[in-house]
Amino acid sequence: MSDEVIVSVRDVHKTFTVTKTPGMVGRLRGTRKEVNRIEVLKGVDLDVHKGQTVVILGSSGSGKSTLLRCMNKLETIDSGRILVNGHMVGYEERGGKLVDEKASVTAQKRTDLGMVFQQFNLFLNKTALGNVMAPLQDVKKMSRPDAEQHALENLRRVGLLDRKDNYPSKLSGGQKQRVAIARALAMDPSVMLFDEPTSALDPELVEEVLAVIKAIAAQGTTMVIVTHEMQFARDIADIIVVMDQGVIVEKGTPNEVFFKPKHAKTYALLKRSGLAVEPPAA
Amino acid sequence: MLAAAPIVIQLALGAMALALVLGLLVALARISKSRILRGIALVYVEVMRGTPLLVQLVYIFFVLPAIGVNIDPVPAGILGLGLNYAAYLSEVFRSAILSVEAGQTEAALSLGYTPGKALWKVVLPQSFIVSLGPIGNYFIAMVKDTALTSVIAVTEILKTANIINAQTFETTQVYTAAALLYLLISLPLSRIVSALEKRARIHV
Ligand SMILES: Nc1ncnc2c1ncn2[C@@H]1O[C@H](COP(=O)(O)OP(=O)(O)O)[C@@H](O)[C@H]1O
Ligand SMILES: [Mg+2]
Repeated sequence: MSDEVIVSVRDVHKTFTVTKTPGMVGRLRGTRKEVNRIEVLKGVDLDVHKGQTVVILGSSGSGKSTLLRCMNKLETIDSGRILVNGHMVGYEERGGKLVDEKASVTAQKRTDLGMVFQQFNLFLNKTALGNVMAPLQDVKKMSRPDAEQHALENLRRVGLLDRKDNYPSKLSGGQKQRVAIARALAMDPSVMLFDEPTSALDPELVEEVLAVIKAIAAQGTTMVIVTHEMQFARDIADIIVVMDQGVIVEKGTPNEVFFKPKHAKTYALLKRSGLAVEPPAA
Repeated sequence: MLAAAPIVIQLALGAMALALVLGLLVALARISKSRILRGIALVYVEVMRGTPLLVQLVYIFFVLPAIGVNIDPVPAGILGLGLNYAAYLSEVFRSAILSVEAGQTEAALSLGYTPGKALWKVVLPQSFIVSLGPIGNYFIAMVKDTALTSVIAVTEILKTANIINAQTFETTQVYTAAALLYLLISLPLSRIVSALEKRARIHV
């Protein structure tokens, strides 16, 4: 592991604004639009070093997905800074303020981050091979033969060479997720982001995907993984962080977090997944 | 009368090409971020769908010359049919685009596609597959609507039938032949459309 920081998150705040337009009856009564603000990230700090695997734990709604999505600007941030390879993704700073940068520049920077979604999001009109090739041709501007060769190499990494001509509709959930991983990996990003990669899978398909992720981690890939698979988290993580209600409440090595949890939330999380641990000293 | 069949094909193909391109542009305008574009597109769709095609054809052929725009019958027919069907096709495209899951765009963006490229390379191809069936059905409807261009002096099947009828008074035979001719064109088209639809359904 090196000192080089790939992703640096500093004091990031994020608020979702949900506007509820009143229904017909409400409008007749003259009810005004209802504006709900939920602060989802309340000052998050995190460093991901080169070669590190950081696992994010936390109960549903604690802001894990939002944090990942802010890293590649699928969500905007209100304040704070996120640097990837030293650059902000999606913003430039003008007079101390964040201003949206040109979309083409953001797109270019996003190739530094590979993202794997809970719902796979494979391109439905393309085969496994087509899915991996598409961004190589469309974004990296590779020639067709080069893209094909590179795509095949990456399908081999996830053990799916024999399924290369299948459309997503003819792949199992586990196979779909492995293609999605190959597609992201093929772009050669500096860091891979996984948002609950096995949560949408049938139980018997979870292991094959976790095995692929472990193999990639073993090759030195920098990764941030959101998961509820505790055993997997313990095996793969260099650092585990626990989120609760928009803040990181605990951070440490797997041994520290699993055997000496400092925060009640961590303890509750471990206990709920059937792991026997000592409660934190009050 | 058979000689009028190519005119029908020409009208339908020309108008469909126009309707596809314009329909896509109108659909993109309707889902764009610009309020002005959305407004213009909405007005266009409402006007085109809210007035009879026959009136639109008459307008193009008989009213436009009053302001110095003279268009020959066939191009006028293509323009009228194309502008009208563009409104309907824009609705087909719009709902097809909206039916593509947001995750597809997010995946593309995360892979480094610009929003425009994600739309063009990922969303539109999938929308087009979904649209193939409805587009085909509108094409068949358009073949039949070419009959309306007889009122703006296009010598298509119906107009030819009218002329022959005026000379021979064989009303039953003439118009039965005309109807059969339309059927002869649209039946194979229906077959092609169902085949296309079936193939498209396989993956998406
Ligand atoms: N697009 C959105 N609009 C409004 N609220 C959202 C949106 N996305 C997430 N939220 C809210 O933000 C909170 C955190 O969500 P999320 O980051 O998805 O949590 P997690 O991934 O930890 O389950 C939740 O309360 C969720 O309802
Ligand atoms: Mg989540």
